[in-house]
Amino acid sequence: MEKVSVVTGVAVPLERANVDTDQIIPAVFLKRVTKTGFEDALFYAWRQDPDFVLNQPAFAGARVLFAGPDFGTGSSREHAVWALRDYGFDVVLSPRFGDIFRGNSGKQGLLTGQISEETLEAAWAEIRANPGIQATVDLVAKTVTIGEHTASFEIDDYTRWRLLEGLDDIGLTLRDEAHITEFEARRESWRPRTIPERQTAGN
Amino acid sequence: MNNETDTRPRTGTDKARTLAEKVWDDHLVVKGEDGNPDLIYIDLHLVHEVTSPQAFDGLRQAGRPVRRLDLTIATEDHNTPTLAIDKPIADLTSRTQIETLRRNCAEFGVRLHPLGDIEQGIVHVVGPQLGLTMPGITVVCGDSHTSTHGAFGAMAFGIGTSEVEHVLATQTLPLKPFKTMAITVEGELRPGVSAKDIILAVIAQIGTGGGQGYVLEFRGSAIRSLSMEGRMTICNMSIEAGARAGMVAPDQTTYDYLKGRAHAPEGEDWDAAVAYWNTLATDDDAVFDAEVYLDANTLEPFVTWGTNPGQGSSLSENIPNPADIADPNTRASAERALEYMDLAPGTPLKEVRVDAVFMGSCTNSRIEDLRAFASIIKGQKKADGVRVMVVPGSARVRLEAEAEGIDKIVEEFGAEWRFAGCSMCLGMNPDQLAPGERCASTSNRNFEGRQGKGGRTHLVSPLVAAATAIRGTLSSPWDLVHAGVTSGQEVGV
Repeated sequence: MEKVSVVTGVAVPLERANVDTDQIIPAVFLKRVTKTGFEDALFYAWRQDPDFVLNQPAFAGARVLFAGPDFGTGSSREHAVWALRDYGFDVVLSPRFGDIFRGNSGKQGLLTGQISEETLEAAWAEIRANPGIQATVDLVAKTVTIGEHTASFEIDDYTRWRLLEGLDDIGLTLRDEAHITEFEARRESWRPRTIPERQTAGN
Repeated sequence: MNNETDTRPRTGTDKARTLAEKVWDDHLVVKGEDGNPDLIYIDLHLVHEVTSPQAFDGLRQAGRPVRRLDLTIATEDHNTPTLAIDKPIADLTSRTQIETLRRNCAEFGVRLHPLGDIEQGIVHVVGPQLGLTMPGITVVCGDSHTSTHGAFGAMAFGIGTSEVEHVLATQTLPLKPFKTMAITVEGELRPGVSAKDIILAVIAQIGTGGGQGYVLEFRGSAIRSLSMEGRMTICNMSIEAGARAGMVAPDQTTYDYLKGRAHAPEGEDWDAAVAYWNTLATDDDAVFDAEVYLDANTLEPFVTWGTNPGQGSSLSENIPNPADIADPNTRASAERALEYMDLAPGTPLKEVRVDAVFMGSCTNSRIEDLRAFASIIKGQKKADGVRVMVVPGSARVRLEAEAEGIDKIVEEFGAEWRFAGCSMCLGMNPDQLAPGERCASTSNRNFEGRQGKGGRTHLVSPLVAAATAIRGTLSSPWDLVHAGVTSGQEVGV
């Protein structure tokens, strides 16, 4: 997982509340065998509408999503985070998030910051006035800046630390790699090994 | 997490410990403090096509290798056809999963036994058969029936896809310790009663949630006298009691099964291993968090009548009347189950007519299971209108059975002799029940639609499956003798 500290990129307004994970990615895409390549599935139903915000040229290369309250509720599918990340989003800012979605985001390197309704409204107004404007999200200072507006956002210390350090679950365990290696060094020789392959006697 | 390495006390600790606690302690890489999980080392990681694709993709994305290729092995089982295995797989999703596994194993260097290979088969049959499953080790797989391997005195449990990726990358898992439950089965099983009946009776007794949060240790004289195949059947279905794992302490039966297998320890390693394995049994004064007792002497052939593995009773009984059940949730569940199963309360179970018999699955597809089934059907003809399918657990079991003539017995009986795989246990391949069809199945789950949409499943032992295939109604070998179909001597009862 890559470290996240300061993100600057095109800001996108998603002016809807209660966007559940079925809207973020419909169930039909869950049959795939990959963990990437879900960019086409993001907001699949809405993107069939040419007027949908992501279909507007001004928002090409989007990285920061300003979403209405209660973003990412519903089904636990990790695919919702994969789809946002694959599309290019590094940050989602919203007044409220679904718990499971927010937990999944932290593990996959997607920054989810909680902002006030006022900050959200101000950001939406700024983007409406200047489509394609960039926002800067500073995880160290826990601030977001768009146009003349700078506001703080909330994120729990543990998730912030993991994002700043670029640690997913595996990354966290690998901080103990010296202990793993040490354990392996004293692992008894009778314990199973699949390689080299051995044949049953008589075959 | 505390970064102090555990000293891994092997002997001389003050606290009396259970088998599960000993194996856990000896796999501690980092002891978790303040409610954090322990970091546990994994000795053996079994991989199959359904739960591994995103795990490999996660590694690829993060640029991580498989940490221990020599502790990892893959096979194809859930999706594989059991007929015409040399032809391309017709179902697109199945084919994609199989092809993805092959590509991933080739790219990362994982040992794979694909369809057509002599070591291909159900992952929980293949591990023990190769001698990779052994006492005192930790085993994981992205499949809940990984509990099977606990029969050897291993700590073995199923994991999710994110955890599969975690084990591939680190060979460890962060885990909180389990509670321990002793399930003591004393006495002697009567002829015609087998390991499957023990575990079905245990699940009926403690319920499908009774084992939640526990590792079960099966002990007592009835367990000690079981073969490894029988112990695997019992540990396999620990998950159906809600437990994460089931275990049996290793003994001479375990060692005799293991010795000489391809990956079993040899020479000095064998001696060192046995010396260690002999220390694993639960200490006499160790305390379990819960204890359950079952009398083997009075046990009869057991069968499920409902849609969860806890809804079962002795084959000699009648289908229960939900009205007699006090607890409203249990009653409602029984009512729904009987409606789905199309069964009337009070009907003798032995009068329930089946359309199909499935002999197979990771619960009951090993050579001893096939021998038991064959011993009953030998020289008989299957009941008219009953479809009987026999699916060996692995390609090697299939060959072994053929060398003993079991395939001929099956075919002369009028049953189908198939190639190895999970098959009709879960119907991910074409082996499925039609809507409304009723099946006596040696598998492990009787959930609605498990063996095919609208299919109705009765979980049974191989002996009951065989007798049922002969009579066309749920039957045990005892019923064959009573009906004069065969003599007690011929069917060993």
